[in-house]
Amino acid sequence: MTNPILVDYLRWIVLAPLLGAAINGLAGAWLQKRVGRHAVTAVALLPIGIAFALAVKGFLQLLSIEPEQRFLLDSVSKWMHIGHLKVDMAFWLDPLSSMMTLVITGIGGLIHLYSVGYMSEEPSYWRYFTYLNLFTAAMLTLVLGDSLLTMFVGWEGVGLCSYALIGFWHREWANASAGSKAFITNRVGDFGFVLGMFGLFWALDRTGQGTVVFRELAQRVHLLDGQTIAGLAAATFVTLMMFVGATGKSAQIPLYVWLPDAMAGPTPVSALIHAATMVTAGVYMICRLNFLFDMAPTTLHVVAAIGTLTAFFAATIGVAQWDIKKVLAYSTVSQLGFMFIAMGVGAYTTGVFHLFTHAFFKACLFLGSGSVIHALHHEQDMRHMGGLKKYMPITFWTFLLSTLALCGIPPFAGFFSKDEILWKAFSSPLGSPVLWAIGTLTAGFTAFYMFRQVFLVFYGEYRGSPGGHGHGHDDHGDDHGHATTAHDDGHGHGGHHGDPHESPALMTIPLVILALGAVLTGFLNVPGALGGHHVFDQWLAPVIAKAAHGEGHGAHGAPAAVARGHGVEAAVEHEAKVLEHDLETVEHDVEDATWEYLLMAVSVTVAFGGILLAWLMYRRKSLDPSTFSEAWSGGPYRAVYNKYWIDELYDATVIRGTLALSNLLATFDRVVVDGIVNGAGWVVRQVSALEGAFDRGVVDGLVNLVGSTSLALGNRARALQTGHIYSYLYAIVIGVVVVMFARLL
Amino acid sequence: MEIGLNHYLVVGLLVFLAGVFTVLTRRNAIGVLMGVELVLNSANINYIAFSRFGTGGLEGQIFSIFVIMLAAAEAAIGLAIVLGIYRKFQTIDVEEVDSLRG
Amino acid sequence: MPTNPLTWMIFLPLLGAAVILCLPRDNHSLVKWTALAFTIPALLLAIAIYQGFDRTTAQMQYVTKIPWIPSFNIEYFVGIDGLSVTMVLLTALIAPICVLASWEIDKAPKAYFALFLVLIAAMMGVFCALDFFLFFVFWEVMLLPMYFLIGIWGGPRREYAAIKFFLYTMVGSVLMLIAMLALYFHNDPHTFDLLKLAEARSTYSSTFQSLAWLALFVGFAIKIPAFPFHTWLPDAHVEAPTAISVILAGVLLKMGTYGILRVNFPILPEGTLRYAFWLLAALGTWNIVYGALCAMAQKDLKKLIAYSSISHMGYVMFGMASLTAEGIDGAVLQMFNHGTVTAMLFLLVGVIYDRAHHRNIDGFGGLASIMPVYTAWVALAFFAAMGLPGLSAFISEVLVLLGGWRNYPGLTAVAASAVVLTAGYMLWAMQRVYLGKPNEKYLSLPDINRREIATLVPLGIIVIVLGVYPHAILDLIDTSLQHLNGTVLAAGKAAGAVASAASGVAAH
Repeated sequence: MTNPILVDYLRWIVLAPLLGAAINGLAGAWLQKRVGRHAVTAVALLPIGIAFALAVKGFLQLLSIEPEQRFLLDSVSKWMHIGHLKVDMAFWLDPLSSMMTLVITGIGGLIHLYSVGYMSEEPSYWRYFTYLNLFTAAMLTLVLGDSLLTMFVGWEGVGLCSYALIGFWHREWANASAGSKAFITNRVGDFGFVLGMFGLFWALDRTGQGTVVFRELAQRVHLLDGQTIAGLAAATFVTLMMFVGATGKSAQIPLYVWLPDAMAGPTPVSALIHAATMVTAGVYMICRLNFLFDMAPTTLHVVAAIGTLTAFFAATIGVAQWDIKKVLAYSTVSQLGFMFIAMGVGAYTTGVFHLFTHAFFKACLFLGSGSVIHALHHEQDMRHMGGLKKYMPITFWTFLLSTLALCGIPPFAGFFSKDEILWKAFSSPLGSPVLWAIGTLTAGFTAFYMFRQVFLVFYGEYRGSPGGHGHGHDDHGDDHGHATTAHDDGHGHGGHHGDPHESPALMTIPLVILALGAVLTGFLNVPGALGGHHVFDQWLAPVIAKAAHGEGHGAHGAPAAVARGHGVEAAVEHEAKVLEHDLETVEHDVEDATWEYLLMAVSVTVAFGGILLAWLMYRRKSLDPSTFSEAWSGGPYRAVYNKYWIDELYDATVIRGTLALSNLLATFDRVVVDGIVNGAGWVVRQVSALEGAFDRGVVDGLVNLVGSTSLALGNRARALQTGHIYSYLYAIVIGVVVVMFARLL
Repeated sequence: MEIGLNHYLVVGLLVFLAGVFTVLTRRNAIGVLMGVELVLNSANINYIAFSRFGTGGLEGQIFSIFVIMLAAAEAAIGLAIVLGIYRKFQTIDVEEVDSLRG
Repeated sequence: MPTNPLTWMIFLPLLGAAVILCLPRDNHSLVKWTALAFTIPALLLAIAIYQGFDRTTAQMQYVTKIPWIPSFNIEYFVGIDGLSVTMVLLTALIAPICVLASWEIDKAPKAYFALFLVLIAAMMGVFCALDFFLFFVFWEVMLLPMYFLIGIWGGPRREYAAIKFFLYTMVGSVLMLIAMLALYFHNDPHTFDLLKLAEARSTYSSTFQSLAWLALFVGFAIKIPAFPFHTWLPDAHVEAPTAISVILAGVLLKMGTYGILRVNFPILPEGTLRYAFWLLAALGTWNIVYGALCAMAQKDLKKLIAYSSISHMGYVMFGMASLTAEGIDGAVLQMFNHGTVTAMLFLLVGVIYDRAHHRNIDGFGGLASIMPVYTAWVALAFFAAMGLPGLSAFISEVLVLLGGWRNYPGLTAVAASAVVLTAGYMLWAMQRVYLGKPNEKYLSLPDINRREIATLVPLGIIVIVLGVYPHAILDLIDTSLQHLNGTVLAAGKAAGAVASAASGVAAH
């Protein structure tokens, strides 16, 4: 990664969607009214197409160069050059960001396409696509930014767009609240991210090497050795803080609460932002900073523990949800947990691979659920669905394939990625059988709740009324919020009232493509034990400080990092190491193959067990779900159903605490601080009043005595004052005469 | 008969008395002002007479020019006041204007 | 004819005020256009200064020095460096915007605009003056028009607010006057020349530095306003008419932080080092968090923004206390950014107040559906105030916090927590006022009109451009501020105070 190849087209990957957003944002309303929706559509979709084409171009260019040199840089302008800080507006493309860019523009493009159908009757069509394009631009900035600060621009930018899209139907209070909740929770994470970034910068700056640019960081992290921040090793502190950022963005414990609520947004948004792209930002960031996390085994343990806990708890909550999207939301949280397990055991590429496959099948699941919701006129409660298989065959088959992929059934994509994670959790020096056991159990839960969903939605008899809308909406804030106003949207499907119907081609084509992805992408990274070559891992290998599949090696990357610090020779050395690792991997694979086969078999069995249970309960109905929900007098079920009361807990502590503190301080401000000011004023006034009394009583008394005496005299004398000039003149003349006579006398 | 200082003084006195009489008897404010002018002019006559027959310097004449100037200014201001009085009281009869009565 | 553009910028508004006084009382539009005509040239001059400003030197530029009261060695001495040029630009920019925002004033517009122009002249004078006496004169001149503008054209409790503002500032002025005279008599020959006072910095004794620093600090802190001298601000804002709120938050508050950087830093570096931790960094952090928490509890939209100003000005104090290149540049950039962003916020509150005649946060609801264009502007301003990347305040807040971390990591963590609180109160207010079901009462409110948009567009453009290319301002200020920072640090070393500062730093 020493000599970046300078290019000038990467900026357009970001700028194209941004321009699309700008045009639609400023003129979209006009376009939609005067030219028509297709104009808005064109403005929105064309930039995504351009971005995708450029992403492919970048990918091909990377392919054409040596693995160790795969690094394109596009420096647009200087951004902040102050003191020791030097950050440019620059975009870079390496194997990792290239992969992410392809996912964002590719899957993002499909979701844009799908949205054209899904949102076709939305009055604020232009606004939707403005946000969606803006989101794409922000997400691409996050991925392509060449420094922590540029990444942070995207990091917060996606949070903003997520806020806008969750609260897209802002007339509904609940949607607006969900948006605010998402934004604020993410901000807690951002707070950690920022502190981590500052700590990193100044710790490096102490050695005169402060930077936040990734490629420089990779060469300089060894300088963190021996430094401490807040009593922790510098690397540990920085990575922990960064991980706080990741928990916010990627919905991990304790900051996962926003994601289920975020389902209030339009369903394609859930697919794009809350499944395929934004929520994986945390995983991407850790993989991006893998050289740093390698130096902090403590943090990695925390990451693995949080990932495992999140995966498990979210899966248990998913079991008891009735809202079709909420199930998928908790499933996403759970799958993100899996990715963090992979990160935590140092298997970065494995985690990113799961990110990659998950993007396909979870986007497909969300879009499928969107198709169902669309067909049922915004019905989201699974209790009012059923039997949709025969009405919506394409949706059903794509949904089923993606579900199988999610459950980890071979040979679908999820099998390869999830099983690899479980294997790494078991075999990595940072892993442990406990992680594996909980992970496998979680996989069982996953299979259960996903097939519960499949059976409830697509099998059996249709439980909704033929008219299909307006009922069962009792407490769903997620409902379309515009029906109350003059706009004839959402519900106005002309002649479509009646039985549920398959969605239009604009929506099914993306489903089919994504389902293909869910089936096929797994083969990109077939493990050695199954006769594959880890193509995906090898593609990412240049990004990873220590070759990810070199599990037999110590997790403490510090010595390796030190070696990496020195330019070209480091790169050569690094390449040698990678080769070495590859060789060793082969040996290890042979050695561990037995174990690997065994564990694979166990996890697949567990998954099938989950499916069987779901089949028994919801298809064959030979097992009554209530036997479980009422076990232990219903306690566990209630806990799960109420999501462990985490929302209520946060509300009672953090939110109410903050509000109480704010009210207290505001009162303090008004009563005490301002009170002192006003009090000072009051005291001054009282003193002056006292003084005034003395003045009036004593000093003025004397003066007044003189005054009143004069007044009395004057009253007598006033008779002289006639007001007639001539009388005064007479007086003068008389006076003169008197004086003259006095002289004469 | 040689016209001497006393003749001038007598004329001055007569003009003065005429002025005072006018001021005292007129009820019309403009008349009062004219009386004041007469008084001032009598002073002028005396100044010039003293200047001519007295020390022989020019002080008296200079002073009389001052007085003329003063009289002009006084007439202007006086007339303005009279106008103001008229605006306020709709009359220039000094007997009816007695706002200053104590 | 004076050739110095600064002189023109100071005295043109004064001339304008005189001209307006001679205009017929009933011709409102003539008065308004005259006021606008006398603020536009200053803006054009400011653009010319922006173009012509030498970014490579820390020296004073556009200097004019004429004896004014020679017997006391008082001079008319004006000039600008990187620190003041941003404030001059800001003042020149905000002035015409405020005139436009005052277009609907129909209570004695003649007096209003005359006083307004005097206010502008005085503020411009404060930022240009390099003679302490001249500085003080402008500082005091600024008070009177402000008093009348709040006290006559304000809301229901305007007299209370105006008097509070006036008395508060007078207290500060008295302390400043004492310090100023002390500095004057300390030097021989006696001088008010700020540059000469700074050159003599090594001759001030340690106690003298402390006392003078504290006296000046209190005078400036009241203007910032720093806790606990801040309570005049919410009252003044709530009562002041829109344009006056804009100028108050946009420009006037910066006089406090500007004063500290212009007077305290170069003249009393030892005092600066001594009090940087407690009175700038810690108090700044407290301002940030306290302002944010108080804002969260407010029910009046304007009061909320007033408290957010207190919070945002805390960043400026924190940044300058960091004594790092990043922090101090960030602080001055934040002064500029806060000026533009808060101006937008107050203008936007003014828009809704003009229509609904109240500002109660809970009294609206769903305005986004009724006034979409207006809400889009609100969103831009709110997000800018939250420090969202791509918008100007992000740059300055990041620089301030980044700079702060080097010497005060613990405080930085506390200060950075305000990003969550800020998002909290901003979004919470946004949600209550603009989102949700439209309030039946306000279904017929007209959307924002062209004149109002015209006041917002320049600010909006600046907010976005500076977010993408902050060097448009950073290049202007960097050289001077690095020089200033170097002066403080060097003086600290020379005086041996660095030991105490370092120990203070190490302790935190």
